[in-house]
Amino acid sequence: MKAWVFGDDIDTDVIVPGRYMKLGIEEIAKHCLESVLPHFAKEVRPGDAVIAGRNFGAGSSREQAPEALKHLGVSVLIAESFAGIFYRNAINLGLPAVACPQARRVRQDDDLEINLEDGKVHNRTTGETLDCEPIPEFLMTIIRDGGLLPHLEKKLAQAPSR
Amino acid sequence: MPQTLAQKLVARAAGRAAVTPGEIVTCKVDLAMVHDSSGPRRLKPRLERLGAKVWDPSKVVVITDHYLPAYDDESRRIIQIARDWVKEAGVGAFYDAQGICHVVLPERGHLAPGMFAVGGDSHSPTGGAFAAYMFGVGATEMLGVMVTGEIWLKVPHTIAMDFDGRLGPGVSAKDIMLLLIGRFGMDGGGYQAVEYRGPAIRALSMQERMTLCNMTAELGGQTGLIASDSTTKEFLNRKIEMWDSDPDAPLLAHHKFDAGELAPQVAAPHSPANTRSVADFREKVDLAYIGACTGAKLEDLRMAASVLKGRKSKVKLLVAPASLRDQQAAKKEGTLGVLLDAGAELLASSCGMCAGYGENLLAEGTVAISTTARNFKGRMGSPSAQVYLASPYTVAASAVAGRIADPRELLA
Repeated sequence: MKAWVFGDDIDTDVIVPGRYMKLGIEEIAKHCLESVLPHFAKEVRPGDAVIAGRNFGAGSSREQAPEALKHLGVSVLIAESFAGIFYRNAINLGLPAVACPQARRVRQDDDLEINLEDGKVHNRTTGETLDCEPIPEFLMTIIRDGGLLPHLEKKLAQAPSR
Repeated sequence: MPQTLAQKLVARAAGRAAVTPGEIVTCKVDLAMVHDSSGPRRLKPRLERLGAKVWDPSKVVVITDHYLPAYDDESRRIIQIARDWVKEAGVGAFYDAQGICHVVLPERGHLAPGMFAVGGDSHSPTGGAFAAYMFGVGATEMLGVMVTGEIWLKVPHTIAMDFDGRLGPGVSAKDIMLLLIGRFGMDGGGYQAVEYRGPAIRALSMQERMTLCNMTAELGGQTGLIASDSTTKEFLNRKIEMWDSDPDAPLLAHHKFDAGELAPQVAAPHSPANTRSVADFREKVDLAYIGACTGAKLEDLRMAASVLKGRKSKVKLLVAPASLRDQQAAKKEGTLGVLLDAGAELLASSCGMCAGYGENLLAEGTVAISTTARNFKGRMGSPSAQVYLASPYTVAASAVAGRIADPRELLA
Protein backbone atom coordinates (compact mmCIF):
# COMPACT_ATOMS: atom_id res chain seq x y z
CA MET A 1 0.00 0.00 0.00
CA LYS A 2 1.08 3.50 -0.83
CA ALA A 3 2.07 5.90 1.94
CA TRP A 4 0.68 9.44 2.15
CA VAL A 5 2.87 11.35 4.59
CA PHE A 6 1.77 14.27 6.79
CA GLY A 7 3.42 16.24 9.60
CA ASP A 8 2.70 16.95 13.29
CA ASP A 9 -0.54 18.19 14.87
CA ILE A 10 -2.69 17.60 11.79
CA ASP A 11 -6.00 18.73 13.28
CA THR A 12 -9.57 17.72 12.56
CA ASP A 13 -10.33 21.09 10.93
CA VAL A 14 -7.56 20.37 8.44
CA ILE A 15 -8.80 16.80 7.92
CA VAL A 16 -12.44 17.89 7.48
CA PRO A 17 -13.23 21.63 7.79
CA GLY A 18 -16.26 22.58 9.93
CA ARG A 19 -17.97 24.44 7.12
CA TYR A 20 -18.65 21.13 5.35
CA MET A 21 -19.99 19.29 8.41
CA LYS A 22 -23.62 19.75 7.44
CA LEU A 23 -23.04 17.68 4.30
CA GLY A 24 -22.98 13.93 3.84
CA ILE A 25 -19.70 12.01 4.05
CA GLU A 26 -19.37 11.73 0.23
CA GLU A 27 -19.21 15.53 -0.05
CA ILE A 28 -17.12 16.03 3.11
CA ALA A 29 -14.55 13.48 1.91
CA LYS A 30 -13.90 15.52 -1.26
CA HIS A 31 -12.39 18.24 0.97
CA CYS A 32 -10.36 15.88 3.16
CA LEU A 33 -6.95 17.42 4.00
CA GLU A 34 -7.38 19.95 1.14
CA SER A 35 -5.76 22.87 2.96
CA VAL A 36 -2.45 20.99 3.32
CA LEU A 37 -2.56 18.67 0.27
CA PRO A 38 -5.18 19.80 -2.28
CA HIS A 39 -4.92 16.72 -4.52
CA PHE A 40 -5.10 14.14 -1.69
CA ALA A 41 -8.82 13.33 -1.88
CA LYS A 42 -8.66 12.91 -5.65
CA GLU A 43 -5.54 10.81 -5.81
CA VAL A 44 -5.67 8.59 -2.73
CA ARG A 45 -6.59 5.02 -3.70
CA PRO A 46 -8.36 2.26 -1.77
CA GLY A 47 -5.87 0.46 0.44
CA ASP A 48 -3.46 3.40 0.80
CA ALA A 49 -2.01 4.32 4.20
CA VAL A 50 -1.89 7.71 5.92
CA ILE A 51 1.33 8.33 7.85
CA ALA A 52 1.78 11.23 10.28
CA GLY A 53 3.91 12.67 13.03
CA ARG A 54 2.76 13.61 16.52
CA ASN A 55 -0.83 14.16 17.65
CA PHE A 56 -2.66 13.23 14.45
CA GLY A 57 -6.35 14.22 14.67
CA ALA A 58 -6.02 16.93 17.32
CA GLY A 59 -9.05 19.09 18.00
CA SER A 60 -12.70 18.33 17.48
CA SER A 61 -14.55 15.13 18.38
CA ARG A 62 -16.20 15.10 14.94
CA GLU A 63 -15.89 11.54 13.75
CA GLN A 64 -16.31 12.65 10.15
CA ALA A 65 -12.50 13.07 10.31
CA PRO A 66 -11.66 9.33 10.41
CA GLU A 67 -14.90 8.60 8.56
CA ALA A 68 -13.78 10.69 5.55
CA LEU A 69 -10.40 8.94 5.47
CA LYS A 70 -12.14 5.57 5.60
CA HIS A 71 -14.62 6.66 2.93
CA LEU A 72 -11.71 7.51 0.62
CA GLY A 73 -10.44 3.96 1.09
CA VAL A 74 -7.55 4.62 3.49
CA SER A 75 -6.90 1.22 5.09
CA VAL A 76 -4.69 2.18 8.03
CA LEU A 77 -3.42 5.24 9.90
CA ILE A 78 0.13 5.11 11.23
CA ALA A 79 1.34 8.02 13.35
CA GLU A 80 3.95 8.77 15.97
CA SER A 81 0.96 9.52 18.21
CA PHE A 82 -2.77 10.20 17.90
CA ALA A 83 -5.04 12.66 19.66
CA GLY A 84 -7.14 10.66 22.14
CA ILE A 85 -10.67 11.27 20.84
CA PHE A 86 -9.59 10.81 17.21
CA TYR A 87 -7.95 7.48 18.06
CA ARG A 88 -11.10 6.17 19.71
CA ASN A 89 -13.23 7.45 16.80
CA ALA A 90 -11.05 5.71 14.21
CA ILE A 91 -11.23 2.37 16.04
CA ASN A 92 -14.98 2.79 16.56
CA LEU A 93 -15.38 3.22 12.80
CA GLY A 94 -13.27 0.14 12.13
CA LEU A 95 -10.30 2.10 10.81
CA PRO A 96 -7.06 0.79 12.38
CA ALA A 97 -4.91 3.51 13.98
CA VAL A 98 -1.42 2.31 14.83
CA ALA A 99 0.95 4.32 17.02
CA CYS A 100 4.48 4.01 15.73
CA PRO A 101 7.45 5.87 17.24
CA GLN A 102 9.35 5.40 13.97
CA ALA A 103 6.57 6.71 11.70
CA ARG A 104 8.83 9.56 10.56
CA ARG A 105 11.06 7.11 8.70
CA VAL A 106 8.37 6.58 6.08
CA ARG A 107 8.60 8.76 2.92
CA GLN A 108 5.80 9.87 0.61
CA ASP A 109 4.89 7.11 -1.88
CA ASP A 110 6.79 4.37 0.00
CA ASP A 111 5.19 0.97 -0.46
CA LEU A 112 4.18 -0.47 2.93
CA GLU A 113 2.83 -3.68 4.33
CA ILE A 114 1.40 -3.92 7.86
CA ASN A 115 0.63 -6.80 10.15
CA LEU A 116 -1.99 -5.46 12.57
CA GLU A 117 -1.68 -8.44 14.88
CA ASP A 118 1.97 -7.85 15.81
CA GLY A 119 2.24 -4.17 14.84
CA LYS A 120 5.11 -4.65 12.38
CA VAL A 121 5.27 -2.37 9.34
CA HIS A 122 7.41 -3.58 6.44
CA ASN A 123 8.61 -0.86 4.09
CA ARG A 124 9.04 -2.58 0.72
CA THR A 125 10.64 0.51 -0.78
CA THR A 126 13.49 0.74 1.76
CA GLY A 127 13.45 -2.85 3.01
CA GLU A 128 13.25 -1.81 6.65
CA THR A 129 10.81 -3.02 9.26
CA LEU A 130 9.27 -0.61 11.78
CA ASP A 131 8.11 -1.74 15.21
CA CYS A 132 4.78 -0.19 16.06
CA GLU A 133 2.54 -0.59 19.08
CA PRO A 134 -0.03 -3.30 18.35
CA ILE A 135 -3.66 -2.26 18.88
CA PRO A 136 -4.89 -3.79 22.18
CA GLU A 137 -6.84 -7.02 21.70
CA PHE A 138 -10.15 -5.68 23.05
CA LEU A 139 -10.01 -2.93 20.41
CA MET A 140 -8.93 -5.36 17.67
CA THR A 141 -12.21 -7.20 18.34
CA ILE A 142 -14.09 -4.01 17.40
CA ILE A 143 -11.95 -3.55 14.27
CA ARG A 144 -12.46 -7.16 13.19
CA ASP A 145 -16.22 -6.66 13.52
CA GLY A 146 -15.93 -3.60 11.25
CA GLY A 147 -16.42 -0.96 13.97
CA LEU A 148 -18.45 -0.37 17.12
CA LEU A 149 -21.83 -0.27 15.34
CA PRO A 150 -21.58 -3.77 13.81
CA HIS A 151 -19.88 -4.90 17.04
CA LEU A 152 -22.89 -3.74 19.07
CA GLU A 153 -25.22 -5.26 16.49
CA LYS A 154 -23.51 -8.62 17.01
CA LYS A 155 -23.61 -8.30 20.79
CA LEU A 156 -27.28 -7.32 20.83
CA ALA A 157 -28.11 -10.29 18.57
CA GLN A 158 -26.34 -12.58 21.04
CA ALA A 159 -28.30 -11.10 23.97
CA PRO A 160 -31.82 -10.53 22.62
CA SER A 161 -33.15 -9.77 26.09
CA ARG A 162 -31.63 -6.27 26.15
CA MET B 1 -2.79 3.73 48.34
CA PRO B 2 -3.39 7.47 47.93
CA GLN B 3 -5.45 8.36 44.85
CA THR B 4 -5.70 11.41 42.63
CA LEU B 5 -9.03 13.15 42.03
CA ALA B 6 -9.15 11.54 38.57
CA GLN B 7 -8.58 8.05 39.99
CA LYS B 8 -11.25 8.55 42.65
CA LEU B 9 -13.83 9.70 40.11
CA VAL B 10 -13.05 6.83 37.74
CA ALA B 11 -13.03 4.28 40.57
CA ARG B 12 -16.47 5.40 41.70
CA ALA B 13 -17.86 5.09 38.17
CA ALA B 14 -16.21 1.68 37.74
CA GLY B 15 -17.63 0.44 41.03
CA ARG B 16 -14.18 -0.07 42.49
CA ALA B 17 -12.48 1.00 45.71
CA ALA B 18 -9.39 2.15 43.84
CA VAL B 19 -7.91 2.06 40.32
CA THR B 20 -4.38 2.12 38.94
CA PRO B 21 -3.27 4.40 36.08
CA GLY B 22 -2.94 2.42 32.86
CA GLU B 23 -5.52 -0.25 33.59
CA ILE B 24 -8.61 -0.56 31.40
CA VAL B 25 -11.91 -0.22 33.23
CA THR B 26 -15.58 0.01 32.28
CA CYS B 27 -17.39 2.97 33.79
CA LYS B 28 -21.08 3.61 34.32
CA VAL B 29 -22.07 6.95 32.83
CA ASP B 30 -24.04 9.37 35.04
CA LEU B 31 -24.71 11.87 32.28
CA ALA B 32 -24.39 11.99 28.49
CA MET B 33 -24.60 15.36 26.77
CA VAL B 34 -24.95 15.82 23.01
CA HIS B 35 -25.51 18.78 20.71
CA ASP B 36 -27.26 19.08 17.37
CA SER B 37 -24.18 18.45 15.23
CA SER B 38 -22.81 15.26 16.76
CA GLY B 39 -25.99 14.15 18.53
CA PRO B 40 -29.48 13.21 17.32
CA ARG B 41 -28.74 13.49 13.60
CA ARG B 42 -26.05 10.82 13.93
CA LEU B 43 -27.56 8.81 16.80
CA LYS B 44 -31.09 8.40 15.47
CA PRO B 45 -30.36 6.33 12.32
CA ARG B 46 -27.89 4.14 14.22
CA LEU B 47 -30.22 3.46 17.13
CA GLU B 48 -32.85 2.52 14.55
CA ARG B 49 -30.42 0.18 12.79
CA LEU B 50 -29.70 -1.51 16.13
CA GLY B 51 -33.36 -1.52 17.11
CA ALA B 52 -32.14 -0.14 20.44
CA LYS B 53 -33.40 2.49 22.84
CA VAL B 54 -31.55 4.99 25.04
CA TRP B 55 -30.46 3.17 28.19
CA ASP B 56 -31.76 5.90 30.53
CA PRO B 57 -33.30 9.04 29.00
CA SER B 58 -33.16 10.79 32.39
CA LYS B 59 -29.36 10.79 32.10
CA VAL B 60 -29.27 12.42 28.66
CA VAL B 61 -29.08 16.17 27.99
CA VAL B 62 -29.54 17.56 24.47
CA ILE B 63 -28.52 21.14 23.68
CA THR B 64 -28.75 22.80 20.27
CA ASP B 65 -25.89 25.23 19.66
CA HIS B 66 -23.99 24.45 16.43
CA TYR B 67 -26.43 25.01 13.56
CA LEU B 68 -27.97 28.11 15.12
CA PRO B 69 -29.24 30.41 13.92
CA ALA B 70 -30.30 27.96 11.22
CA TYR B 71 -29.59 29.64 7.91
CA ASP B 72 -30.44 27.15 5.17
CA ASP B 73 -32.47 24.01 4.56
CA GLU B 74 -29.73 21.69 5.77
CA SER B 75 -29.16 23.47 9.09
CA ARG B 76 -32.91 23.75 9.67
CA ARG B 77 -33.22 20.02 9.03
CA ILE B 78 -30.42 19.19 11.48
CA ILE B 79 -32.01 21.30 14.25
CA GLN B 80 -35.42 19.76 13.54
CA ILE B 81 -34.01 16.24 13.93
CA ALA B 82 -32.86 17.20 17.45
CA ARG B 83 -36.29 18.65 18.33
CA ASP B 84 -38.09 15.52 17.10
CA TRP B 85 -35.64 13.04 18.57
CA VAL B 86 -35.84 14.26 22.18
CA LYS B 87 -39.60 13.59 22.12
CA GLU B 88 -39.17 10.21 20.51
CA ALA B 89 -36.39 9.15 22.90
CA GLY B 90 -38.14 10.55 25.99
CA VAL B 91 -35.34 12.99 26.80
CA GLY B 92 -36.70 15.72 29.07
CA ALA B 93 -33.56 17.81 29.43
CA PHE B 94 -33.59 19.65 26.10
CA TYR B 95 -32.23 23.19 25.77
CA ASP B 96 -33.04 24.63 22.38
CA ALA B 97 -31.13 27.77 21.35
CA GLN B 98 -30.25 28.63 24.95
CA GLY B 99 -26.53 28.91 24.40
CA ILE B 100 -23.41 26.77 24.05
CA CYS B 101 -23.70 23.29 25.56
CA HIS B 102 -20.63 23.50 27.84
CA VAL B 103 -21.99 26.65 29.47
CA VAL B 104 -25.69 25.71 29.50
CA LEU B 105 -25.06 22.27 31.08
CA PRO B 106 -23.73 23.53 34.43
CA GLU B 107 -25.81 26.72 34.29
CA ARG B 108 -28.94 24.52 34.42
CA GLY B 109 -27.56 22.45 37.30
CA HIS B 110 -26.77 19.20 35.49
CA LEU B 111 -23.25 18.78 36.87
CA ALA B 112 -22.14 18.00 40.40
CA PRO B 113 -18.86 16.92 41.99
CA GLY B 114 -18.28 13.16 41.84
CA MET B 115 -20.11 12.57 38.56
CA PHE B 116 -18.80 10.66 35.56
CA ALA B 117 -20.01 12.23 32.33
CA VAL B 118 -19.38 12.15 28.60
CA GLY B 119 -20.12 14.80 26.00
CA GLY B 120 -20.39 14.58 22.24
CA ASP B 121 -17.94 17.44 21.82
CA SER B 122 -14.22 17.82 22.39
CA HIS B 123 -14.60 20.70 24.84
CA SER B 124 -16.51 18.48 27.26
CA PRO B 125 -13.65 18.58 29.83
CA THR B 126 -15.28 21.91 30.81
CA GLY B 127 -17.35 19.81 33.23
CA GLY B 128 -14.16 19.00 35.14
CA ALA B 129 -14.34 22.47 36.70
CA PHE B 130 -17.09 20.96 38.89
CA ALA B 131 -14.89 18.04 40.02
CA ALA B 132 -16.81 15.78 37.64
CA TYR B 133 -14.91 13.44 35.32
CA MET B 134 -16.08 14.62 31.91
CA PHE B 135 -14.59 14.09 28.49
CA GLY B 136 -15.47 14.29 24.82
CA VAL B 137 -16.31 11.39 22.53
CA GLY B 138 -17.35 10.97 18.90
CA ALA B 139 -20.82 10.04 17.70
CA THR B 140 -20.32 6.27 17.39
CA GLU B 141 -18.75 6.08 20.84
CA MET B 142 -21.74 8.08 22.10
CA LEU B 143 -24.02 5.56 20.43
CA GLY B 144 -22.34 2.87 22.55
CA VAL B 145 -23.01 4.93 25.68
CA MET B 146 -26.63 5.53 24.68
CA VAL B 147 -27.20 1.79 24.21
CA THR B 148 -25.22 0.39 27.14
CA GLY B 149 -24.85 3.26 29.64
CA GLU B 150 -21.18 2.35 29.87
CA ILE B 151 -17.83 3.29 28.37
CA TRP B 152 -14.30 1.87 28.57
CA LEU B 153 -11.49 3.99 29.87
CA LYS B 154 -7.78 3.65 30.36
CA VAL B 155 -7.31 5.01 33.87
CA PRO B 156 -5.35 8.22 33.39
CA HIS B 157 -2.27 9.43 35.11
CA THR B 158 -2.56 12.92 36.56
CA ILE B 159 -0.52 15.94 35.53
CA ALA B 160 -0.78 18.69 38.15
CA MET B 161 -0.61 22.35 37.07
CA ASP B 162 0.00 24.18 40.31
CA PHE B 163 -0.38 27.97 40.37
CA ASP B 164 0.85 29.86 43.40
CA GLY B 165 0.09 33.54 44.07
CA ARG B 166 -2.65 35.51 42.31
CA LEU B 167 -3.24 36.50 38.69
CA GLY B 168 -2.48 40.17 38.11
CA PRO B 169 -5.04 42.69 36.79
CA GLY B 170 -5.89 42.14 33.12
CA VAL B 171 -4.68 38.54 33.25
CA SER B 172 -7.14 35.63 33.17
CA ALA B 173 -7.69 31.88 32.92
CA LYS B 174 -7.33 32.12 29.14
CA ASP B 175 -3.78 33.42 29.59
CA ILE B 176 -2.99 30.47 31.87
CA MET B 177 -4.17 28.03 29.21
CA LEU B 178 -2.39 29.73 26.32
CA LEU B 179 0.80 29.67 28.41
CA LEU B 180 0.42 25.96 29.19
CA ILE B 181 -0.45 24.97 25.62
CA GLY B 182 2.50 27.00 24.35
CA ARG B 183 4.82 25.47 26.94
CA PHE B 184 3.74 21.82 26.70
CA GLY B 185 2.27 21.62 23.19
CA MET B 186 -1.08 20.45 21.91
CA ASP B 187 -0.28 16.93 23.04
CA GLY B 188 1.26 18.01 26.36
CA GLY B 189 -1.66 16.46 28.22
CA GLY B 190 -0.90 13.06 26.66
CA TYR B 191 -4.61 12.16 26.93
CA GLN B 192 -4.17 11.97 30.71
CA ALA B 193 -6.03 13.92 33.40
CA VAL B 194 -4.79 17.47 33.98
CA GLU B 195 -5.52 18.83 37.45
CA TYR B 196 -5.39 22.57 38.10
CA ARG B 197 -4.58 23.46 41.68
CA GLY B 198 -2.93 25.99 43.95
CA PRO B 199 -4.03 29.31 45.53
CA ALA B 200 -4.37 31.13 42.18
CA ILE B 201 -6.79 28.46 40.92
CA ARG B 202 -8.76 28.44 44.19
CA ALA B 203 -9.20 32.20 43.79
CA LEU B 204 -10.85 31.81 40.36
CA SER B 205 -14.62 32.01 39.80
CA MET B 206 -16.42 28.96 38.40
CA GLN B 207 -16.63 30.43 34.89
CA GLU B 208 -12.88 31.08 34.89
CA ARG B 209 -12.29 27.52 36.10
CA MET B 210 -14.49 26.34 33.22
CA THR B 211 -12.19 28.17 30.79
CA LEU B 212 -9.21 26.24 32.20
CA CYS B 213 -10.86 22.84 31.98
CA ASN B 214 -12.41 23.63 28.58
CA MET B 215 -9.05 24.28 26.94
CA THR B 216 -7.58 21.10 28.38
CA ALA B 217 -8.79 19.88 24.98
CA GLU B 218 -6.15 22.05 23.28
CA LEU B 219 -3.58 20.83 25.81
CA GLY B 220 -4.35 17.25 24.74
CA GLY B 221 -5.65 16.02 28.09
CA GLN B 222 -8.58 13.63 28.29
CA THR B 223 -10.09 15.73 31.04
CA GLY B 224 -9.22 18.80 33.10
CA LEU B 225 -10.13 18.71 36.77
CA ILE B 226 -10.44 21.09 39.70
CA ALA B 227 -11.27 19.94 43.24
CA SER B 228 -14.63 21.08 44.58
CA ASP B 229 -14.73 23.80 47.24
CA SER B 230 -16.91 26.61 48.57
CA THR B 231 -16.81 28.38 45.15
CA THR B 232 -18.27 25.24 43.52
CA LYS B 233 -20.95 25.04 46.21
CA GLU B 234 -21.92 28.70 45.84
CA PHE B 235 -22.25 28.43 42.07
CA LEU B 236 -24.40 25.30 42.24
CA ASN B 237 -26.31 26.74 45.19
CA ARG B 238 -26.93 23.38 46.87
CA LYS B 239 -25.28 20.79 49.05
CA ILE B 240 -22.40 19.08 47.26
CA GLU B 241 -19.82 16.38 47.93
CA MET B 242 -16.23 17.53 48.28
CA TRP B 243 -13.82 15.72 45.95
CA ASP B 244 -10.07 16.28 45.91
CA SER B 245 -6.80 14.42 45.32
CA ASP B 246 -5.09 12.82 48.29
CA PRO B 247 -2.12 15.06 49.16
CA ASP B 248 0.48 12.36 48.47
CA ALA B 249 -1.17 10.73 45.45
CA PRO B 250 1.46 9.94 42.77
CA LEU B 251 1.54 12.32 39.80
CA LEU B 252 2.91 11.84 36.31
CA ALA B 253 4.23 15.40 36.52
CA HIS B 254 3.86 18.33 38.89
CA HIS B 255 4.46 21.71 37.23
CA LYS B 256 4.64 24.79 39.45
CA PHE B 257 4.05 28.38 38.37
CA ASP B 258 3.80 31.80 39.96
CA ALA B 259 0.51 33.27 38.73
CA GLY B 260 1.65 36.79 39.62
CA GLU B 261 4.40 36.63 36.99
CA LEU B 262 2.03 35.74 34.14
CA ALA B 263 1.61 38.35 31.40
CA PRO B 264 -1.27 38.32 28.89
CA GLN B 265 -0.61 35.67 26.23
CA VAL B 266 -1.41 35.58 22.52
CA ALA B 267 -1.39 32.52 20.22
CA ALA B 268 -0.43 33.32 16.63
CA PRO B 269 -1.85 31.50 13.57
CA HIS B 270 -2.44 28.56 13.12
CA SER B 271 -2.03 26.84 16.48
CA PRO B 272 -3.02 27.51 20.10
CA ALA B 273 0.49 26.29 20.94
CA ASN B 274 2.04 29.15 18.96
CA THR B 275 1.99 31.34 22.06
CA ARG B 276 4.07 34.29 23.28
CA SER B 277 3.55 37.22 25.61
CA VAL B 278 1.42 40.06 24.26
CA ALA B 279 4.49 42.35 24.25
CA ASP B 280 5.85 40.34 21.29
CA PHE B 281 2.92 41.32 19.05
CA ARG B 282 1.99 44.54 17.25
CA GLU B 283 0.03 43.12 14.32
CA LYS B 284 -2.86 45.15 12.92
CA VAL B 285 -6.23 43.42 13.12
CA ASP B 286 -9.37 43.76 10.97
CA LEU B 287 -11.77 42.10 13.32
CA ALA B 288 -12.17 41.28 17.01
CA TYR B 289 -14.37 38.37 18.11
CA ILE B 290 -15.65 37.84 21.63
CA GLY B 291 -17.45 34.53 21.50
CA ALA B 292 -17.47 30.82 22.38
CA CYS B 293 -17.78 28.69 25.50
CA THR B 294 -14.20 29.54 26.38
CA GLY B 295 -14.45 33.28 25.74
CA ALA B 296 -17.93 34.84 26.06
CA LYS B 297 -19.40 33.76 29.37
CA LEU B 298 -20.67 36.49 31.70
CA GLU B 299 -17.21 36.75 33.31
CA ASP B 300 -15.58 37.06 29.90
CA LEU B 301 -18.02 39.79 28.85
CA ARG B 302 -17.21 41.65 32.07
CA MET B 303 -13.48 41.47 31.31
CA ALA B 304 -14.04 42.90 27.85
CA ALA B 305 -16.33 45.60 29.23
CA SER B 306 -13.76 46.67 31.84
CA VAL B 307 -11.43 47.54 28.96
CA LEU B 308 -14.05 48.91 26.55
CA LYS B 309 -15.85 51.16 29.04
CA GLY B 310 -16.00 54.66 27.54
CA ARG B 311 -13.94 53.61 24.52
CA LYS B 312 -14.70 52.76 20.90
CA SER B 313 -13.56 49.81 18.86
CA LYS B 314 -11.49 50.79 15.82
CA VAL B 315 -12.31 47.54 14.04
CA LYS B 316 -15.33 45.33 13.47
CA LEU B 317 -16.18 43.96 16.92
CA LEU B 318 -18.46 40.94 17.16
CA VAL B 319 -19.87 39.68 20.47
CA ALA B 320 -21.66 36.33 20.74
CA PRO B 321 -22.50 35.72 24.43
CA ALA B 322 -21.98 32.07 25.41
CA SER B 323 -25.50 31.64 26.74
CA LEU B 324 -28.79 33.48 26.64
CA ARG B 325 -28.85 33.58 30.42
CA ASP B 326 -25.39 35.18 30.52
CA GLN B 327 -26.51 37.66 27.87
CA GLN B 328 -29.55 38.61 29.95
CA ALA B 329 -27.43 38.98 33.08
CA ALA B 330 -24.93 41.11 31.13
CA LYS B 331 -27.76 43.29 29.88
CA LYS B 332 -29.25 43.75 33.35
CA GLU B 333 -25.99 44.78 34.99
CA GLY B 334 -24.94 47.11 32.17
CA THR B 335 -22.05 45.03 30.82
CA LEU B 336 -23.75 44.43 27.49
CA GLY B 337 -24.50 48.14 27.14
CA VAL B 338 -20.81 48.96 27.52
CA LEU B 339 -19.95 46.53 24.74
CA LEU B 340 -22.64 47.87 22.43
CA ASP B 341 -21.62 51.48 23.15
CA ALA B 342 -18.09 50.54 22.12
CA GLY B 343 -19.50 49.56 18.72
CA ALA B 344 -20.02 45.83 19.18
CA GLU B 345 -22.38 43.94 16.92
CA LEU B 346 -24.34 41.34 18.89
CA LEU B 347 -24.53 37.81 17.47
CA ALA B 348 -26.57 34.81 18.58
CA SER B 349 -25.57 32.72 21.60
CA SER B 350 -24.27 29.73 19.69
CA CYS B 351 -20.98 28.16 18.58
CA GLY B 352 -21.12 30.24 15.42
CA MET B 353 -17.87 31.48 14.04
CA CYS B 354 -15.69 29.60 16.54
CA ALA B 355 -16.63 26.27 14.99
CA GLY B 356 -16.76 27.59 11.43
CA TYR B 357 -20.51 26.98 11.34
CA GLY B 358 -23.14 29.43 10.24
CA GLU B 359 -23.04 32.50 8.08
CA ASN B 360 -20.45 34.62 9.86
CA LEU B 361 -17.16 33.23 8.62
CA LEU B 362 -13.84 35.00 8.17
CA ALA B 363 -13.23 36.24 4.65
CA GLU B 364 -9.99 35.61 2.76
CA GLY B 365 -6.98 37.27 4.30
CA THR B 366 -8.86 38.64 7.34
CA VAL B 367 -6.68 39.19 10.39
CA ALA B 368 -8.74 38.50 13.51
CA ILE B 369 -8.14 38.38 17.24
CA SER B 370 -10.50 36.09 19.04
CA THR B 371 -11.39 34.78 22.50
CA THR B 372 -12.06 31.31 21.06
CA ALA B 373 -10.12 28.10 21.66
CA ARG B 374 -8.67 27.16 18.28
CA ASN B 375 -7.02 29.04 15.47
CA PHE B 376 -6.50 26.07 13.18
CA LYS B 377 -6.10 26.88 9.52
CA GLY B 378 -9.51 27.31 7.90
CA ARG B 379 -11.48 26.63 11.08
CA MET B 380 -13.21 30.00 11.33
CA GLY B 381 -13.56 30.55 7.60
CA SER B 382 -11.07 30.99 4.78
CA PRO B 383 -7.78 29.07 5.14
CA SER B 384 -6.02 32.36 4.34
CA ALA B 385 -7.58 34.10 7.39
CA GLN B 386 -5.10 34.77 10.22
CA VAL B 387 -6.52 34.19 13.69
CA TYR B 388 -4.81 35.25 16.92
CA LEU B 389 -6.16 33.84 20.19
CA ALA B 390 -6.22 35.88 23.39
CA SER B 391 -8.21 36.66 26.52
CA PRO B 392 -11.33 38.87 26.47
CA TYR B 393 -9.19 41.65 28.04
CA THR B 394 -6.60 41.44 25.26
CA VAL B 395 -9.17 41.10 22.47
CA ALA B 396 -10.98 44.20 23.78
CA ALA B 397 -7.75 46.18 24.06
CA SER B 398 -6.77 45.14 20.54
CA ALA B 399 -10.18 46.25 19.22
CA VAL B 400 -9.59 49.70 20.73
CA ALA B 401 -6.03 49.96 19.37
CA GLY B 402 -6.75 48.38 15.97
CA ARG B 403 -3.70 46.24 16.57
CA ILE B 404 -2.74 43.59 19.12
CA ALA B 405 -2.39 45.45 22.41
CA ASP B 406 -1.66 44.83 26.08
CA PRO B 407 -4.89 45.38 28.07
CA ARG B 408 -2.97 46.34 31.21
CA GLU B 409 -2.11 49.70 29.65
CA LEU B 410 -5.82 50.51 29.28
CA LEU B 411 -6.80 49.19 32.70
CA ALA B 412 -4.11 51.17 34.49
